[in-house]
Amino acid sequence: MIEVNNLTKRYGATLAVDNVSFSADSGEIVGFIGPNGAGKSTTMRILTCYLPADEGSATVGGFDVFSESIEVRKKIGYLPESTPLYTDMGVIDYLKFVGQIQGLSGQKVKSRVSAMVDICGLEKMVHKDVGELSKGYRQRVGLAQALIHDPPVLILDEPTSGLDPYQIIEIRNLIKEFGREKTIIFSTHILSQVAITCDRVLIISNGKLVANGTPDELQQRTQDNQYLEVTLEGEQSEIETQFDQSEFIHNFQLTQNVESSALAYEITSEKGHKTSDEIARLAYQNQWAVVSIQPKAVNLEEVFLRLTESETQLEGAHS
Amino acid sequence: MNNTFVIFKKEAGSYFNSAVAYFNIIAFLSVSAWLFFWLGFFFERGQAEMTYFFSLMPWLFLFFIPAMTMRLWAEEKKMGTVEMLMTLPIRSYEVVLGKFLACFLILVLMVVLSFPLPLSLGYLGNPDNGQIFTSYLGLILVGAAYIAIGLCASTFTSDQVIAFVVGIIVSFTMLVIGFVPQLRDFGLAYHFNSITRGVVDSRDLIYYFSVIGFFLYLSVLSVESKRWR
Repeated sequence: MIEVNNLTKRYGATLAVDNVSFSADSGEIVGFIGPNGAGKSTTMRILTCYLPADEGSATVGGFDVFSESIEVRKKIGYLPESTPLYTDMGVIDYLKFVGQIQGLSGQKVKSRVSAMVDICGLEKMVHKDVGELSKGYRQRVGLAQALIHDPPVLILDEPTSGLDPYQIIEIRNLIKEFGREKTIIFSTHILSQVAITCDRVLIISNGKLVANGTPDELQQRTQDNQYLEVTLEGEQSEIETQFDQSEFIHNFQLTQNVESSALAYEITSEKGHKTSDEIARLAYQNQWAVVSIQPKAVNLEEVFLRLTESETQLEGAHS
Repeated sequence: MNNTFVIFKKEAGSYFNSAVAYFNIIAFLSVSAWLFFWLGFFFERGQAEMTYFFSLMPWLFLFFIPAMTMRLWAEEKKMGTVEMLMTLPIRSYEVVLGKFLACFLILVLMVVLSFPLPLSLGYLGNPDNGQIFTSYLGLILVGAAYIAIGLCASTFTSDQVIAFVVGIIVSFTMLVIGFVPQLRDFGLAYHFNSITRGVVDSRDLIYYFSVIGFFLYLSVLSVESKRWR
């Protein structure tokens, strides 16, 4: 549905989007994550024909975003960042307005507007002006206007920013529901959301695509190391000397003194190694009491930090 | 054309939803009545004619019209709604035309509602109705040219005050440029005076349509330029 090839966009001397390529099929929810200013919004603006790319190409539903802009815009429902809406219009008038420009016939506009009011939970707000609405309801109006013509592609720029946890869950459920038959690209800062909602994650940093895969794949990709949380009872200096001497422990860190004698460590070791067995053996030899040994799961947050960090470090090394 | 009408409806609606339209119309009518009866020395001169009144109108429009057009694009840019608008399947010229027509509607209302002035003239004396009619036509044409200029100014900035000031400056320049003898044919005032004499010359019409067309075209280019590679 969406094909992006070697997209590049410069603002003056700064590269906002640097040679980005990816694709998305229908029925796929793609999460776009990255630090602020990484190029998420710019990429979305190129896809929605708001900005031209300097190099590369992008097609939506087979139409080129540059040369067949009107066709592309018909296929896309777009919610720009921070949800700009005409605040002086009534909620219904607003949706009608967008529906008419999307080329819906008079009868169709009516039925779609009432369907949108239903789906997006705007029943109580139909008599209000957009300007009177709270942030959460505005977001829903933004989503409703993006969906009014039932587009095959939805592009949502931070649809959940500034919302409370309940609203975030609601919007997320809407996205999941529509994601079954549409192609959805959405950007967010909230990484836990991505893991729950998305079929695929694109991590973008400094304009470059640094990762592209399912949430699980990405988590595995960075797991060259395994992490253990170990709590032991014993002499601290003795334990740490033994850890130091051990070949399989790359790194360890005292995380907390549970009680006077119990010590909790976070241990980094090589992947595939039976580290827990080794620690048990050490404990037996040195007569430490093992309170607990458990593997620590790496969440998406850490994957994200690691991927975008290495990128920043790389940049630092260049300059 | 359907899209143009949708934009026209939306823009006109937003003028009438806010106080802008009413304020503009009422203020214009008050000021023009004042100009007509007092500044125009209507009673002192004792002549049933409106030439002096009409010669002042383009100067009055110089403030009223940019005040109306300044928000057309600048506000969209400031609020970010331009991003929404430009990613809808609508062509830039349709948006520009719709916005132009919404302002044009208010201009026509302003001019038509000042009709009690010539009516009272007809009651008091025996004015040249043909001349008054062509003068009104001239007024609408000058106003439409100002709208095109103001709309164009508004596409270049997100600051309404700048759009207002630039609108006035460009409109003023277009109005008086004809006072330079070599550039006579380029001035709005020259062609306006020619129409107010009671003769509608096709050259004057062509001139106004060209000015309006030129600035609307420039607006479309300005809006579209964001999408150029």
